Amino acid sequence: MQTSLTRIAAVLVASTMLAGVAQAETVRWARSSDALTLDPHSQNQGVTHTFAHHIYETLLGRDVEGNLTPRLATEWSIKEGDDTVWVFKLREGVKFHDGADFTAEDVVFSLDRARSEGSNMKQLHAEVAEVRAVDDYTVEVQMVGPSPLYPNNVTNTFMMDKTWSEANNVQEVQDFAAGETNYAVLNTNGTGPYELTSREVDVRSVLTYNEDWWGETPAVTEIVYLPIADNATRIAALLSGDVDIVQDVPVQDIERLQNSAGFKVETGPENRVIYFGYKFGEEPLRSSNITDSNPFNNPLVREAMELALDRDAIQQVVMRGNSIPTGVATPPFVNGWTEELDQYPAPNVERAKELLAEAGYPDGFSVTLDTPNNRYVNDEAISTAFVGMLGQIGIDATLASRPIAEHSPVILGGETDLYLLGWGVPTFDSAYIFNDLVHSKTDTHGTYNVGGYSNPELDEKIISLGTETDLDKRNQTIAEIWEVVKGDRVLLPVHNQVLAYAMREDITLPVHPENQPSMTTVEFAE
Amino acid sequence: MTDLPHSPEQPVVAAKTSRWKTFLKSDIVWSYRHSPVTIVASIVALVLILMAVFAPWLAPYDPFNPATLNLMDGFTAPNSNSFGGRYFILGTDNQGRDVLSTIMYGSRVSLFVGFSATLFAMVMGVGLGLVAGYLGGIWDAIIMRVADVQLSFPAILIALLIFGVARGLIPPNQQESAAIWVLILAIGLANWAQFARTVRGATMVERQKDYVSAARILGVNPFIILLRHVLPNVMGPVLVIGTIGLALAIIEEATLSYLGVGVPPTQPSLGTLIRIGQQFLFSGEWWILLFPAVTLVLLALSVNLLGDWLRDALNPKLR
Repeated sequence: MQTSLTRIAAVLVASTMLAGVAQAETVRWARSSDALTLDPHSQNQGVTHTFAHHIYETLLGRDVEGNLTPRLATEWSIKEGDDTVWVFKLREGVKFHDGADFTAEDVVFSLDRARSEGSNMKQLHAEVAEVRAVDDYTVEVQMVGPSPLYPNNVTNTFMMDKTWSEANNVQEVQDFAAGETNYAVLNTNGTGPYELTSREVDVRSVLTYNEDWWGETPAVTEIVYLPIADNATRIAALLSGDVDIVQDVPVQDIERLQNSAGFKVETGPENRVIYFGYKFGEEPLRSSNITDSNPFNNPLVREAMELALDRDAIQQVVMRGNSIPTGVATPPFVNGWTEELDQYPAPNVERAKELLAEAGYPDGFSVTLDTPNNRYVNDEAISTAFVGMLGQIGIDATLASRPIAEHSPVILGGETDLYLLGWGVPTFDSAYIFNDLVHSKTDTHGTYNVGGYSNPELDEKIISLGTETDLDKRNQTIAEIWEVVKGDRVLLPVHNQVLAYAMREDITLPVHPENQPSMTTVEFAE
Repeated sequence: MTDLPHSPEQPVVAAKTSRWKTFLKSDIVWSYRHSPVTIVASIVALVLILMAVFAPWLAPYDPFNPATLNLMDGFTAPNSNSFGGRYFILGTDNQGRDVLSTIMYGSRVSLFVGFSATLFAMVMGVGLGLVAGYLGGIWDAIIMRVADVQLSFPAILIALLIFGVARGLIPPNQQESAAIWVLILAIGLANWAQFARTVRGATMVERQKDYVSAARILGVNPFIILLRHVLPNVMGPVLVIGTIGLALAIIEEATLSYLGVGVPPTQPSLGTLIRIGQQFLFSGEWWILLFPAVTLVLLALSVNLLGDWLRDALNPKLR
């Protein structure tokens, strides 16, 4: 019985593979969710960008090693004699899907649109003062001061056609939060390798190869994009041959897929760190039985919590080996990461209890831990495990688990005492982390400094990173900041995520560190 | 003279025995004893309920106390020892919780929510049904139209809606402690309409009868008439709906928890356990899903069978 079943399965798998090879040019690509919108500047969100990268293009790209690569811009440099201006040389002969030429005025229009009031990409262009077209294929970006790392910020800012945008009245960015919609939400006109041929939101989108694309002709000429929210259904679709590539693979299924004939799993580190954050300040916590002080404001408590956290156990059991435990809140791809910072202490329950007693909480205390349950890999399970670990040192944590859409407002509204969050670093530089997570909360900085940590000395150093042109000196400052952040235990990092893509055995799709794979990089085995 | 103090007690004892004997000879007991399915169902339900009620004394571990958990015990297979050397008869889940203990504690949550929600729905439905049936007119029209509207939606949809609205009204830092009460409120509010409908019909029949007219002519307060005279006469069908409603409430709680909107994951109910276990079906850890699912099926099925039997036993027309 067993063998005959296996035989039937093998024949089935073999037949699907044969069918696959016969139509090697179409790839059916499943993910957990759909792009939120097709308006290129409306949502700074990974899934949305990944889809859009197939239709629209950016000035610069990023390869799987995390290096900047030329895309619509072929060269980029600081203007000679003026270190506040970046010069981008554009690729010539590029055409939009509707046949219009791609020129400097489109870049000016797109960058202005991306940094306009309603854009969700504007924080990446906050230091831009003006964008000028010098000639048809040269653009100058005037910064407010020297910004040596600005090119890192343009890898998700897509280029639109000025004429098309004006004709369809989409000069303004769609206000996604207000539920607004415009022509560009469902219609596209990019320069990218694929054109949108049909779109059913949350169901199915079809992209076909753009014959006039400037790049090398990819192996995939048609993409069928299928959002399948349920993990088990998504994997079942791959196993039954209904899809060819699954981008979001649950960690518990990796091993099984690796052992299934006809399928393979590509894994690789993602440029994203998962961490717990504390509420700082003298004010007592909202959810604690301690009503006259804030335990988290005491460095001894933060040290005790770090010693309670068993990162290796989380890696082995919750993540099934698919994570990289870390002692610093930055992924290894990022400028500023060092092996020394990455070290983390072994868990020590006895010492943690002593520290709590020393801090004045010999009986521990109670607190609510806020966690998302659908955003990061096994986010809720990580938090549940941490609740258990805290329980062992006497901290009685209640878990408040919510979908990310509910978790975000709680976090950003500062209504949390202890929370889990993940942080990706699209600029591959520590400054991006410091600006949002470490700098005191102001209008322009500290957006995700949810706990209200504030260290004026660090703030000054962080601001200096934005305009420091001497890279050695700048790296020195970054190292100094990390030393304080790690020594002060501002954040409690858990691990860096590992990504897994599952696919038919004859397909090769390398893991992209920003989780933005391109179907142009797909290769088929003979 | 010495046996005098005993004599007044004699008739009382006799009455008790004879009442018990009458009960044993009643149709209900007769039909119970002649229905093997019902006997099995009642034993299963009783065992599961006792297991849940006495979980703190019976369960080998306390899965709701995070301090006793060891993450490294996670994913231990049934009938085996974990790396830490602890024995788990039904294995452990992804957090190292003993599946058997978690089921026992989880059934507690499920049953508590089920009973409370049904009781809530029953009190509300019976109350409104009595008012509608007895007063009639505009009150009847309003209450019954609301019930009609509600009955035209699936109960789970209404429960989700109520749950969402209630969550929105509660400040975020109190949501977790309030979750179980919100769940009871949501499921209760979603299920009152059946009770109201049945009671209204029965009340309309009863109010035409002479004993009600007599009470009214004597000037008895309508509230007292409803409570003391009408209510006992409409309770039969209410008990039947209540029993079936209990099974439904347990399933609704499981559904809500399965959808991730129920109780906190650190205090899982049966539905939460099934949601957690479902993630591990493909990877081969079947026990995390199977045992809670079987428990839920047994619980819902046995209560439902009891409800069915009660309906038949109390309805002379079906006999």
